[in-house]
Formats: sequence, structure tokens, C-alpha cells
Amino acid sequence: MTPRPLTIINGRLVLPEGAPQPGALRCENGRIVALGAIAPQPDDEVFDARGALIAPGLVDLGVFAVDKPAFHFGGITRAALMPDQGPPLDHPARVRFAAQSGKPDMWIHPLAAATRALEGAEMAEIALMRDAGARAVATGRRWIGDSGVMLRLLSYCAMLDMVVVTHAEDAGITGSAVATAGEMATRLGLPSAPAQAEALAVARDIALAELTGARIHFRQVTTARSLDLVRAAKAQGLRVTAGVTPAHFMLSDLEIIDFRTFCRMSPPLRCDADRRAVIAAIADGTIDVIASGHDPRGPEDKRLPFVDAEPGMAGAETLLSLTLTLVRDGHIDLARAFALLAANPARLLKVRAGVLETDAEADIAIIDAERPWVVDSDRMAASAGNTPFDRRPVEGRVNALFKGGKRID
Amino acid sequence: MQPSNPHPDQAPLSGRYPAGGNAFLHRDLTGIGKLARHEILYLLDEAEQWVELNRQSQKRAEVLSGLTIINAFFENSTRTLLSFEIAGKRLGADVVNMQAATSSVKKGETLIDTAMTLNAMRADAIVIRHASSGAVGLIADKVDCPVLNAGDGQHEHPTQALLDALTIRHALNLAPGSDLNGLKITICGDILHSRVARSNILSLTALGAQVRVCAPPALMPAEIETMGVTPFHDFDAALHGAEIVMMLRLQQERMQGQFIASPREYRHLYGLTLDRLAKAGAGALVMHPGPMNRGIEIDSQVADHISRSLITRQVESGVAIRMACLDVLTRRARGVPGWEPLAGDAMSTGERA
Repeated sequence: MTPRPLTIINGRLVLPEGAPQPGALRCENGRIVALGAIAPQPDDEVFDARGALIAPGLVDLGVFAVDKPAFHFGGITRAALMPDQGPPLDHPARVRFAAQSGKPDMWIHPLAAATRALEGAEMAEIALMRDAGARAVATGRRWIGDSGVMLRLLSYCAMLDMVVVTHAEDAGITGSAVATAGEMATRLGLPSAPAQAEALAVARDIALAELTGARIHFRQVTTARSLDLVRAAKAQGLRVTAGVTPAHFMLSDLEIIDFRTFCRMSPPLRCDADRRAVIAAIADGTIDVIASGHDPRGPEDKRLPFVDAEPGMAGAETLLSLTLTLVRDGHIDLARAFALLAANPARLLKVRAGVLETDAEADIAIIDAERPWVVDSDRMAASAGNTPFDRRPVEGRVNALFKGGKRID
Repeated sequence: MQPSNPHPDQAPLSGRYPAGGNAFLHRDLTGIGKLARHEILYLLDEAEQWVELNRQSQKRAEVLSGLTIINAFFENSTRTLLSFEIAGKRLGADVVNMQAATSSVKKGETLIDTAMTLNAMRADAIVIRHASSGAVGLIADKVDCPVLNAGDGQHEHPTQALLDALTIRHALNLAPGSDLNGLKITICGDILHSRVARSNILSLTALGAQVRVCAPPALMPAEIETMGVTPFHDFDAALHGAEIVMMLRLQQERMQGQFIASPREYRHLYGLTLDRLAKAGAGALVMHPGPMNRGIEIDSQVADHISRSLITRQVESGVAIRMACLDVLTRRARGVPGWEPLAGDAMSTGERA
């Protein structure tokens, strides 16, 4: 039985450009069929948005766990799953399984492991994984250190026209570092590496992207220097895009004081000048994507000495609210926020979603952008509460979420 | 024979410090970085009486009689463990040593579980050494008794810094209560990996000394000057005018050929020989936290120099400092007058942002 058509009324539509427009949106058979100054048709199911934003569901480019309650809390209707799973997504069967794992109310887009077991040595069966449902290729948590491997990978992925999502940190420099070299790491006695380790990796990968014509997406660009490289590459017309997670525009390495393992990230938190450079890069268009990097970790991974703790944070729930702080502070407008959170990642993954337009998949978030709430690590929807934003008052909550025109409870 | 002060709990230092427990407002000793200048001086001054006692033939005080102290060492140690054990026993406590090989208790919940186990055994103080920076603070958050850091990774080794300051004060005949204002001190060696260096930098700068640190670039931590010290790569320049030269152990197990070319090349640039020592200030004194690599960072003629080397006096001060720390930190639990329990002594996980 096909569900009844749905019309969402009394909302403010978040369109690709300009301020939100008062209006309604109608979906039929899982797709958006009309939007703007329209009225519900006689047999439609009607949802009253009561003045809230009607926005595209978020497309989260790069999560480490399938954690539906957290995704739905955060207004995320699609997530690109990193290949760093146990076992890694380096085989077509595992990719096919992962691609089905969220349905029907959450779509998981697996990212194929670039190399077998993510070891950075032998190329994995990327074309087979593509046909099994992989939307892109990823190097995983690590950089591919062997430039020859990376060159062959990029030329192969250029042929397949798949974007390569890469982690940019020169492993020879980072070694076993857990923090960015600087006063805080020095005072705490933590193994650290200079932030330039990232720029070095970015520079190499840009050179290889130029050589091969490949599409490359740096999942997290977190330093002023590497953002300059990305900016220059874009100006040159290379097919390079960049992402970041809220931790790197909200926090600096001062947060790791007292060995707070919830602030252990990969790449590690940077100095405050780099944090401000990230915000500037979001504002000027150098950064294309804001993602959660959702990586829920329990005490067995986090209640450890800092060096032994796993990096990462449960970020799905706070992704929207923290991005909205950039809107509130005047760095970007609302349309740009949703380009970063939905339209751009959808385009990278080549899925017809992330924007409100006719024929797009009806993944809709009804958002009260001003609704205040307080992050509480003890009461998260995520499977673990490892957030560095615990106790932080934020604004912006999802009132309702629709996947393919169907309400998610 | 009785110690010079028959009532060590009744601070002999009245007037110089805030009254009673206000002189030292911490349950734990996790690092020098948490202490105020006057708290460092307080611990030094408290140690003076124990230096005296330790020189008597009858070395026992019953201050901690009936208390149980656990020395939990997750990393190999001989001298620090022995020093803490002797300190506890001279104060009359029951001292238990637990030496766990790092490999078997490496992973985290095990570490917390071990801490909970020690806690359940109702220790009155726990002394911890661990190979990971911050591990001692992590355990301190999980237990109900005072915790003393005997070295955590590359972070801090507070009792070493205190015993070094006390040694300097004695060597220079400075009276109790004195700081080290204006003293020129050079710390040379593997600063990057050294918790001794970090604690000493914090303590010596707090006491007013002018501290220089000297290491090859690969062994120098980033932005070390933000800790109030002057960095040098040239040992001769770093020695010029120095009154105290502190050598650090070359931790060869951490080097793996990546930081220095060879021990002999290291000695060539950074070894303290008699010739080199002559480039320091006249009569400069030499310290080393031990164990030494003789012939690498320090030559035997320097280490054993009868009028210049303070190395064995450091060991002597160590026992007194650890006695003072154990005494001061257990006063609240022992109900010493003026030492009321600290407010807000609640458990905290340290995971809160």
C-alpha cells in the first residue's frame, strides 16, 4: 500500500539560496512534488510545522557507527559510513550489507575501503564495492603513506568517477602523537606532532589529485596552512573539497587540560588561531562540508589515560546545533549552513537529496532553530555519551523528521 | 632519640603559612602544576624535620601508626619505590608494595579496576607510578584516599622536584622558608620525555629561579618557553654562569635511533664532563635524578665529585620529602587539629567538558 501524500504546512522553507521562505511542501511516493505557496490536496496527510523551518534532512559525510537514535535526534537522514568497521568495509558483501543496515528510515551510504584491511598497501575491489552500493572511497582513519599507492588509487577512482575521502596527516610526523605540538601538549607531557603534519599530507594529495584528475575530499581540514592549500587548489580548478567537524571550529587544544579524553580527536584539536581559520574557511567557501564524525565510545575506550584512549566523539546529536552557532554569530547564513550539512555532501555522494526541490527524495527535517536545550552526556540518544560539549547550552532542535515522505517516530 | 619537633603534626611553621590545613589545600599530590608557591615551600619546610630525624640512629616516628600505604607501581622503579617505602615505614605506617608489570595492566578498565580494588582495601594513601601521562590523576578521581604521584608518563614527578629544591636549599645553606630567587639553573638532556624536567621547571620557576633548558631540537618540547624557561641547543652557552646543572637521564629505551645518532655523539654534544663543567659558573653544583648513564650524559669524575656533585644528597632528601608529603596529605584523615576535610571532595570523572 502506498502511503498517503503528505503536505507540510505553515513552515519556512530552507531553499538553496536566500532567507527561508514561508510556505508549504508536498511529497508523494517518497519524493518532493511541490513546494512554495501551495495548499494540501483533499486526501493529503497534513503536518503543521507551526512556523518552524522546513529543511532538508542532514547528510552526514563520515560517521564511524550506525547509530540511528542519535542520527534521528540530530535530523540526519543519510550518513556515509566510514570503512573503519570491524571487519573493515573492504569487501563487496560487507558493503552491500552496510548499505541495507539503516533502511527504511535511515539511509547508510557505505564508503568503500581504499585498501585491503585499510592498511594502505593493496588496493581493494573498489569497482565491485561500487556496484554493491558504495558511494565513495575512503582511506579510513589513516593517511595512505605510500605515495605510489595513493597515485594508483586516485587514478583508478578518477576512472570510476568516485570521490576519494582522505584523512590528511603525515603519519611519519604524527607517529604516536595524540595532541598538537604546543604549550598544552608540552605541559601535559603528551606525545605531540606539529600541525604542519596535516598541511604536508594535504599538499601531497592535492598534487596527486592534479596529476590524476581525481576527485578528492579531505574529510577534516583543521589548520590555517592546509586550508590555504585547499583554497589555492580550488582557485586552480582542481576537484578538491574539504570538510570539518564542529569540534575543530568550536574547540582548541586548551580543552585537553586535565587529560580530558572526550576532547581527544583525530586529527587532534589545534591552536585557537587554527580554529578561527576554520571558521573563516567555512565562511569563504573553502570548506564544503560539516559532518559529525560520529564515533560513540564508552568508558572502556575513554576512561583511560589520554594516550591509551580512543579518539573521536559522539557528534550526531550536536551537529546541527553547533553549526547553527555559526549562523547566529553571523559567519554564514542559514542557506549556507544547509549547503554544508546536506546539499554539498549529497552532491559528493551523488545522491538526489539534501535540497528542497521537486523530484528530490523527501528527506525533511522540521527544525526549531531557536529552541534551547542543554547537551547532557549522561542522557544522549547516541549509544555512548562521549561529547566534549557536555553541559553546554545550545539552540536548535529537530521537531520532526521525515524519510522518504514518511514520519520517523 | 626523639625528632627535634616532638609534635610534628602541630605545624612548627606557624606564622609563615596560612593556619592549619589552609597551608596545603589539596587531597592529592598529582603535580607541582597544581600547587601554589607557598604550598611548595610548605612541603619543603615540613621536610626539614625529617632530614634531621633520618640522620639519627633511631629513625622512627609514629605519626602514621596504624595507617596503610600502598605503593602501586605500574612501571619499573627501584629507587623511588624504595624511597617511598622507607618514608612510610619511618613514619610508622604499614607499607605494601604492588609492582605490576606494565604489560599486564596496560589497558584502561583494568587500570580503573585496579584502582577500585586498592580503594576497597581501605588504603590511607596510595602512591602511584604509571607509564601514561595523566594516569595518576585518573586513578585519583576514583579513590577516596590521598594519592601521590610517583611519576606519570612524561607529565610530572612532583616529589622529585621537591627533593631537588630541598637539596639545592641545603647545598647553598639557605634557611627554611627561603625560595631560590635569582638562582641560575640549567637543566640538560631529554626534556621532551622527562617528567622530572616538567616538575622541576614548574617548581624552580615558582621559587624564582632562572631556568634554562638544553636539548637537541628533537628532544625539546614545543613552546617550552611558555613555561617560563629559556631554551638552548648549545650546551656550552646554556652552562655559562649556571650555578646548578641538572642532568637528565638519556632514556635510551625511548630513543630507537630516532632522536639522537648514537650515545657517543650525544655525549660529544651534551655529556657533562669536567671540562664542560668548567664552563659553568665557578663552583657550580651538579645534580642528576638517577639512574645515571655514566659516560653518556655524565662522566664519573663529575658524578662522583666530592664537592660538586649533589647526587647522593638528592637521594637523602628524597626520603625526607616523601615523609613530609605522606604526613601532610594524611592529616585530614587522621583528624589533626586545624586540618578539616576539604569541601567539595566529591568524586569527579574528569570526563566532563
